[in-house]
Amino acid sequence: MAEKKIVDARGSYCPGPLMELIAAMKSAQVGDELEILSTDQGSAKDIPEWIRKVGHDYLGSTEEAGVWHVSVRKKK
Amino acid sequence: MKIVIVGGGTGGTILANNLARRLSGELKSGKARLILLSASERHMYQPGLLYVAVGKMMPDELYRDQRSLLEPSIEFHVDPVEQFALDKNQVTTKSGTSIDYDILVIATGSRMVPETIPGLAENSETFYTEESAVKMFKTLQQFQGGKVVITVGVPHKCPMAPLEITFMLNDYFKDRGIRDKVQIHYTYPIGRTHSLENVAKWATPEFGRLGITYETLFNMKEVDGKNKILRSEEGTDTPYDLLIAIPAHKGMEVVEKNALGQNGFIPTHRTRLNMEGRTNVFVLGDTTNIPISKAGSTAHFEAEALGENIAATVKLGMPVRDYDGKVFCFIQAGKDRATYAMFNYTTPPDPKVPTKAIHWFKLAYNKLYWNSVRGLL
Repeated sequence: MAEKKIVDARGSYCPGPLMELIAAMKSAQVGDELEILSTDQGSAKDIPEWIRKVGHDYLGSTEEAGVWHVSVRKKK
Repeated sequence: MKIVIVGGGTGGTILANNLARRLSGELKSGKARLILLSASERHMYQPGLLYVAVGKMMPDELYRDQRSLLEPSIEFHVDPVEQFALDKNQVTTKSGTSIDYDILVIATGSRMVPETIPGLAENSETFYTEESAVKMFKTLQQFQGGKVVITVGVPHKCPMAPLEITFMLNDYFKDRGIRDKVQIHYTYPIGRTHSLENVAKWATPEFGRLGITYETLFNMKEVDGKNKILRSEEGTDTPYDLLIAIPAHKGMEVVEKNALGQNGFIPTHRTRLNMEGRTNVFVLGDTTNIPISKAGSTAHFEAEALGENIAATVKLGMPVRDYDGKVFCFIQAGKDRATYAMFNYTTPPDPKVPTKAIHWFKLAYNKLYWNSVRGLL
């Protein structure tokens, strides 16, 4: 079974949550699920935008106490 | 108390000097020992490579003898660690020497890995080593016109480097009188021109003013050297005549070989800087997996926090402060203007309009760095 990996990018302005996710996706296996944690409100928009553009599976976003949880499955 | 620091780059050197001063009494009386293990007898000022690549610095200006940068009380050996036996509190060096420690600091840095993108290493220029920066300058000197594409891997050392080299190239071609024959095309992995939103807000109109084209959400997939095409994960093709790469980076091989962290980056507590699951092993600079900039200033500010904490642990038995995520990066905005970005875990940067004064300060810092690693600045 593919593992679920948490990428904790809270408080990251540079390189930022999306860059952290891109780096983590490179190391992940096809089928792996990743959840990125971000305190940047923009992540709720720009991370799904990148996921869709590249062609991975966007699994959804939730917000809890100022932390956005964005989930993705590596598709290729 | 025996403190062993592995790595003689910016972080390891600043920490060693910081501790040598804070623990001068303990080191003199023999209550503490401070050992620095490095792979090189020379210390390189890595930000200078940007200037070497455009002919603004000579390679020999980048180096100092490592021993000359260190306090005399530091036991310095050019003998890199090859094995980490953390359960035994012991490291073993290339020469076969085993060294026990009470506190271990790992500051081995990172390295570019262009070979992870098919075709990139053999079809691009870069500037992350002396050899590559000199080669890039020689290639630039031969270049008479065409499309120059800047491409950026993730993660990379020095987050300002993509913008800096782009602005430096703009002035380089202008000075050679061929700017009108060169298209400069910048690509970037995320949906704006820099990861820092306020830096992107400044850089994007600068691109427009200088006639630099750009494409965002562009992550390198492969380089077709025969047809001179750069392909992205997002499905776009970008032709080039000259490809300038900011390659992705990994931590050092020794970290991976010892299974200390994926891709050579060690899981590290973001405020205490200890290796996750270890109370007497700390990590500095590029070697951490903390989601902040891989930059000399990050290593510098981490080293200051860690120096205070390790010294306090020796004297009081406990640390005294947290690292707050502080980073300060100069941004070279061309050959004669610069600005800066300063931020931490809770406060984003607010870069000002680039000025000549900050450029001059940056040039001064290129020399002041040697006082910085000595722990004097």
